[in-house]
Amino acid sequence: MLNGTEDEEKWLAEGIAGIQHNAFYMHRALDSNNLREALKYSAQMLSELRTSKLSPHKYYELYMRAFDELKRLELFFKDDSKHGVSVVDLYELVQHAGNILPRLYLLCTVGSIYIKSKEAPAKEVLKDLVEMCRGVQHPIRGLFLRSYLAQISRDKLPDIGSEYEGDADTVMDAVDFVLQNFTEMNKLWVRMQHQGPGGVREKREKERSELQDLVGKNLHVLSQIEGVDLEMYKETVLPRVLEQVVNCKDDLAQYYLMDCIIQVFPDEYHLQTLETLLGACPQLQPTVDVKTVLSRLMDRLSNYAASSADVLPEFLQVEAFSKLSNAIGKVIEAQLDMPAVGAITLYVSLLTFTLRVHPDRLDHVDQVLGACVKKLSNIPKLEDSRAMKQVVALLSAPLEKYNDIVTALTLSNYPRVMDHLDIGTNKLMAMVIIQSIMKNNSCISTADKVEVLFKLIKGLIKDIDGADVDELEEEDFKEEQNSVARLIHMLYNDEPEEMLKIICIVRKHTMVGGPKRLPFTVSSLVFSALRLLRQLQGQEGDIVGEEASMTPNKIFQLLTQIIESLSAVPSPELALRLYLQCAEAANGCDIEHVAYEFFTQAFLLYEEEIADSKAQVTAIHLIIGTLQRMNVFGVENRDTLTHKATGYSARLLKKADQCRAVYACSHLFWVDDQDGIKDGERVLLCLKRALRIANAAQQMANVARGSGGPVSLFVEILNKYIYFFEKGNKQITSSAIQGLIELINTEMQSDSTNPDSVADAFLASTLRYIQFQKQKGGVMGEKFESIKL
Amino acid sequence: MNFLIGAFKPACNISITFSDGKSRKQVPMKKENGKTIMVSLFQSKESIAGKVSIEPLQGKKIEHLGVKVELLGQIEMYFDRGNFYDFTSLVRELDVPGDIYERKTYPFEFSTVEMPYETYNGANLRLRYVLKVTVSRNYGGSIVEYQDFIVRNYSPPPSINNSIKMEVGIEDCLHIEFEYNKSKYHLKDVIIGKIYFLLVRIKIKNMDLEIRRRESTGSGANTHVETETLAKFELMDGAPVRGESIPIRLFLSPYELTPTYRNINNKFSVKYYLNLVLVDEEDRRYFKQQEIAIYRQQDS
Repeated sequence: MLNGTEDEEKWLAEGIAGIQHNAFYMHRALDSNNLREALKYSAQMLSELRTSKLSPHKYYELYMRAFDELKRLELFFKDDSKHGVSVVDLYELVQHAGNILPRLYLLCTVGSIYIKSKEAPAKEVLKDLVEMCRGVQHPIRGLFLRSYLAQISRDKLPDIGSEYEGDADTVMDAVDFVLQNFTEMNKLWVRMQHQGPGGVREKREKERSELQDLVGKNLHVLSQIEGVDLEMYKETVLPRVLEQVVNCKDDLAQYYLMDCIIQVFPDEYHLQTLETLLGACPQLQPTVDVKTVLSRLMDRLSNYAASSADVLPEFLQVEAFSKLSNAIGKVIEAQLDMPAVGAITLYVSLLTFTLRVHPDRLDHVDQVLGACVKKLSNIPKLEDSRAMKQVVALLSAPLEKYNDIVTALTLSNYPRVMDHLDIGTNKLMAMVIIQSIMKNNSCISTADKVEVLFKLIKGLIKDIDGADVDELEEEDFKEEQNSVARLIHMLYNDEPEEMLKIICIVRKHTMVGGPKRLPFTVSSLVFSALRLLRQLQGQEGDIVGEEASMTPNKIFQLLTQIIESLSAVPSPELALRLYLQCAEAANGCDIEHVAYEFFTQAFLLYEEEIADSKAQVTAIHLIIGTLQRMNVFGVENRDTLTHKATGYSARLLKKADQCRAVYACSHLFWVDDQDGIKDGERVLLCLKRALRIANAAQQMANVARGSGGPVSLFVEILNKYIYFFEKGNKQITSSAIQGLIELINTEMQSDSTNPDSVADAFLASTLRYIQFQKQKGGVMGEKFESIKL
Repeated sequence: MNFLIGAFKPACNISITFSDGKSRKQVPMKKENGKTIMVSLFQSKESIAGKVSIEPLQGKKIEHLGVKVELLGQIEMYFDRGNFYDFTSLVRELDVPGDIYERKTYPFEFSTVEMPYETYNGANLRLRYVLKVTVSRNYGGSIVEYQDFIVRNYSPPPSINNSIKMEVGIEDCLHIEFEYNKSKYHLKDVIIGKIYFLLVRIKIKNMDLEIRRRESTGSGANTHVETETLAKFELMDGAPVRGESIPIRLFLSPYELTPTYRNINNKFSVKYYLNLVLVDEEDRRYFKQQEIAIYRQQDS
């Protein structure tokens, strides 16, 4: 048994055989100039095209065979010396054929000669042909017949400048002819959908799409007619084509033809007829993929705009943007069940269009976004991931175009669009925005913009209701928050006042970020504020007293508040560091009480919040380090603080830590500055105390483990001795150093001491240093001379 | 043997020629034996003149009781074989009884002969015009010779020639309106028209226009009707939809038509009909028949 395709092959083969058979006799008749026989056999040959059994694809093969034969017949007809019949008579003669299909093929063939002979005006013959072809109502046969008509008439249209151009207005005749043929072909094409056996819709659509170019060819021909100028296109061609497109109510045809119109006619025509063209869009079937059609149109127009700057005024003149925008609105309104992704895709296209055509018109961009917001707000929740992608594309487009987030920030609808993203996408988009800022190194310099920006990225700034926080990967979260922190550094204005506003805004936003975010953002914020402080100092002369809110005091208050927020986290270590930073800044500003206050806060934290011994070690060293650099304090305050610091140092848990903290404290009494405090006695006290602790540590180690403790502690203390010795602390004597070295040597040689290569090396290089200083000579050399190694 | 053969041969050759035979138009005519010969064409009220020449066979004389020529218009019914009905019969005596020894020629003339009916060759009858020369004899039977000629009468274009316009249909199934540009066509005419589809609920496969000839003979209970389809012309291929209009252009010249004959001598009628036939996919036929009149127009 044969299946469908094999059957078709068989029928096709039979058809071809039939054509060849009759063509053979036709050729014989042609060779012997026998018109009668030629007509008979050509009609029989063409009868093979009457088959209904072939798919369009196969029918086309058959048609092409017949087409080739008709060309030979045409040559014969043309030469009336061969058959002796005038073309007028011939035109009648072929109409005697009983079957319509062969009759009309022959009529078209003779008709083409008739036009060429110019015995009748081209328009009359064309009109007759296109009218007579109505007799074939079978879709496939009709389409091919009319396509044959289009083919043979192409070069014979009474176009301007054509030899067939008749009296006035013949271009109109040419246009009428092509339009009519187009209309009829389209009707036939559409009808294919509804005729024939039911079911297998897909197959039928596939077959139809194989035939689409036959229909579209007519539009191509129209576009080639010289006489179709803008005026005629606007008044006649386009309205009539669109009328047909709209009225056929067939989605396949509408989609194809709209696209065809867009592709075959010149850009400037589209531009000048936008209203008409777009007016048709909402009238199309709901299933038509209007968005692709419009996208293509906009693509073409944007390319056109890009092609030359000269055409831009045209765009403005016809208000291309507002027309497109209206059209899109109407389409979306009309097609209620258009999925969100479709609508958004349209907006993306429009946005791309306006970005390319009117890059200066931000209001347009905003308008598009606004329309999109409107659409999105009608959708309860955007769940389609493709739609989401389109929204991201929509939001990314302006960023890419302007390479500058600042531009996007002026778009009031931008954040409103972002509101419609789901949480994940929202964050993604926020990251894109931040990355864009980073990449372009853009500086956001006004408070308003900062406000907008933070609204945009609020997905990163705070928890959004309903977000499943646990789901978030720790690492991603860190990256996000680091990005935010980096972003904060990009906000800068030379004008302190504005900068303060910016900081306040950032603070307002970041404070709601919750304990997980604060540690990331607070430090950025603090440093940002500190920068402002320095800025202020730089300009101090100019603004002092001018503006009450701008005093450093105010900023310090702000800083305090910011850092206090960390208590909620809690993150005492970080807070402590920040307090110290602030204290240093206060020192820079020469405001003693503020600096003191910050230290107080730092100590309070140390006392109350920092329990971990390792953290305490770090903290105390930080405190000591900072305190050492402070020069703002009066004696009393300084004493209090140093006393505190040394006190805490001595109360650290591990002896080694105690020891190190205490010798570090020695620096608090010896600041190697012009005006620095130089209290040699207390330095010595500290160092001695450190030595005592080291000794104790050593003994504890002996007792506890039976082995020697940290010799390195002694070496470290030795280094401190040497330092202060060098710096001229009179309390530190060469004999003390000498004694310490001996002590270390003794300790190292004791049995109980474990060999410690690091300590050995440390000691060795320390001794080498002393040696070096001795040999250097000069003042320093003399000083060291007394130390015996 | 020669003698015997000679005995059955006609005693003379009779030939009939028309005086304007060389200039007169000749048209083909199909004879009973199927052969086509060319014969002279006349129309009513023409004078029919010519010569009859009688040539006895070599060395024979013909004794006759008189020679005459008749002009006969006959209607011959095939089902009533042999029964000629002469509707016209004119006689000219050419010679008084006597002998003919050698070739003798008689001129004759029927002037302004009324020949109201056209020569017609139908399915069941024929109408013929013939010249009959009779050489009457006492013995051996009379010698008779015939000469056919054809009569065609031309009509002026009708003063009233309305189009045929009609709406027909089957309820809720098919409604069409058709229009033929005229009701009266001459033989070389073109039928121009249109068919509008007002409602189509059946799957039409194609549509033809047929030209049918209805020949009725006899009268009353003896009426014989023969219908013949002379033309089958495809107007449309495929199924139209509502609102479609299909053009008609049918050239009549390729078909062998005659004018419409109405009640010729109370013996017969020949009428023509246009039959519009729609065929659906199940090969059901829907048709509507309309009579048209056909007339013969003088060639310009």
